[in-house]
Amino acid sequence: MTETQGMNSKQKLGYYQEKLYQDALDAHSKGELVCWSSSIAPSEFCETMGIHMIYPENHAAAVGAKHGALEMIEHAERKGYSLDTCSYARINLAYMDLLVEEAKTGETPEVLENCPGPRIPLPDIIITCNNICNTLLKWYENLAVKLNVPYIIIDVPYVHTWPIPEYTKTYIVDQFEYAIKQIEEITGKTFDYEKFVKVQEQAQRSVAAWDKAMGLAQVVPSPLNGFDMFNFMALIVCARAKFAAEDTFNTLADELKEKADKGEDAFKGGEKFRIAWEGIACWPYLSHTYKSLKSLDCNMVGSTYPGAWSIHYTVGDLREMAVGYCKMYSNTCLENKVNVISDVLTSTSSTGIAYHLNRSCKLMSFLNVETAEIVKDRTGVPYVSFDGDQTDPRNFSPAQFDTRVQALAEIMEQNIAQNK
Amino acid sequence: MYTMGIDIGSASSKVVILKDGADIVAAEVIQFGTGSTGPQRALEEALKKSKLSLTDMTKIVATGYGRFAFERADKQVSEISCHARGIFHLVPTARTIIDIGGQDAKAIRLDERGNVIQFFMNDKCAAGTGRFLDVMARVLEIKIDEMAEYDSRATEVVSVSSTCTVFAESEVISHLSQGVSKEKIIAGVHASVASKACGLAYRTGLENDVAMGGGVAQNAGVVRAISRELKRPIHVAPNPQITGALGAALFAYDEALKS
Repeated sequence: MTETQGMNSKQKLGYYQEKLYQDALDAHSKGELVCWSSSIAPSEFCETMGIHMIYPENHAAAVGAKHGALEMIEHAERKGYSLDTCSYARINLAYMDLLVEEAKTGETPEVLENCPGPRIPLPDIIITCNNICNTLLKWYENLAVKLNVPYIIIDVPYVHTWPIPEYTKTYIVDQFEYAIKQIEEITGKTFDYEKFVKVQEQAQRSVAAWDKAMGLAQVVPSPLNGFDMFNFMALIVCARAKFAAEDTFNTLADELKEKADKGEDAFKGGEKFRIAWEGIACWPYLSHTYKSLKSLDCNMVGSTYPGAWSIHYTVGDLREMAVGYCKMYSNTCLENKVNVISDVLTSTSSTGIAYHLNRSCKLMSFLNVETAEIVKDRTGVPYVSFDGDQTDPRNFSPAQFDTRVQALAEIMEQNIAQNK
Repeated sequence: MYTMGIDIGSASSKVVILKDGADIVAAEVIQFGTGSTGPQRALEEALKKSKLSLTDMTKIVATGYGRFAFERADKQVSEISCHARGIFHLVPTARTIIDIGGQDAKAIRLDERGNVIQFFMNDKCAAGTGRFLDVMARVLEIKIDEMAEYDSRATEVVSVSSTCTVFAESEVISHLSQGVSKEKIIAGVHASVASKACGLAYRTGLENDVAMGGGVAQNAGVVRAISRELKRPIHVAPNPQITGALGAALFAYDEALKS
């Protein structure tokens, strides 16, 4: 890949993100297939068949981070979507509605014109996998019905008990095989199993590079600040089965390793506290939340969220791939959640944790109240909870966040003093 | 040595001047909070009363919602730590603190040394806070400091079940239109505030003694309702509205000793 030669990781991130969106727009204009996919649906099947992928959740996060969420959300609410609906869904359903209006009238609606997020084309296929939430099922069905395009669901049962039962694996493999059959029908082509192996190999190399880069947050002091982790996550979502992800994360890992070897850290020597963040970022307040923690010398080094895309399997083994796509944190029982968070705290040497009670994500947030208590009992690490939302800016109060994390820092300080 | 704590809340400003980390020389409360003349007036009143000047203060610590807006502070400390410190200073047996201020309610768990080991605060919502009571007092056409007295005359507690302040206001209006006495409604309003605060307190593990601070602790009706709900006595810190400022002054004393 000569086009990224000499670029640093942030430049590669920017380059590839833009390219992925542009490639999808170009593909759409040439009449090639574009798929809108949920963020942790297996991308390997579409990638194998040359279908261009857009990830509405990631796109909504980008709209939110660029402070364009409210206009989209208001558009969705005017269409009748309740403010209790996931804000990613509201942004995406609004965006879809505006794209349809543009396609019908030939004129770009003002809200769409002014949207600071990247432009995306309308889809020809919708794919979802309910391994991260069940809102997706109706949200994506809504897209498919409104747009009259095929809808592929990869149904992944919730993991109520550990380990994952064999019948669950069998069921998910059946789901994969049925999805392949549907894609064959939609494309009119036979599924290319040889290319599928190559795509799986690429996905595994991307995941390995991602793990390597994110693992460097464990170094004390950390060369990585966790908010960069949130930013780089865009490529593990959108380009997991592409070289773009591997290329960027390997460069990031090299940069972080170099910093760590020199004893440099993300806060230029100012890392006093290390904390974990549970839940999705508050994208419209990414800068505020980062600065608020930085003012307290708190580096966010641990999160369960980026680990969701750390999906490992043996290439060619659909059964292992099924396990990879169903065992992620958000699809598993309380017991596993507690184990995962406790491991994050231990491996990153975090002495505090902030739980985001996300109004948009009931699945992740409702369990957090109980999870937090058990994790605290097990690890002794203090925690704080704050109200927020992944992209609806109305559901977050900066002052409330500041007070809560300052109090957490004061408790961590008190614990340090007592342990001396 | 004199130190000052200033607690700039959403609804009021409080200043405490402390001598040698022990004696309260002045404690002032002005019922105007951040963004108003309240902080400056509270500061001036406290200095006037103590016959001291700002240069006599070895250290100043600010707390509360407006803590970062007060430029003369040497340090800002969160209201959680300050209320805990202030109340523990006044009620050393306190292990659970319920603090209800203008726009937030918190429950704090302390260890035997007064360290904060856990705390919970209200959601991004005014239910169960001082603002909730302000709204209800306005609807009921009584002064906020009359609520406790009305409550004491109540023969029954009517249900005010809505969590949302706006919906609860409608519920109160509905009770009024049905001829329910203000006494009974106010007892219901207090029970509603107590229910929210106790929900937070239960999550801390609820160790005795339970102490209350914050402006709402001046309302004996709310204190009674919380005591009923928790089935135990509630120790109200003397002059509860100043506990945050007192904690800040104590932290300022720590800072002074360090320097």
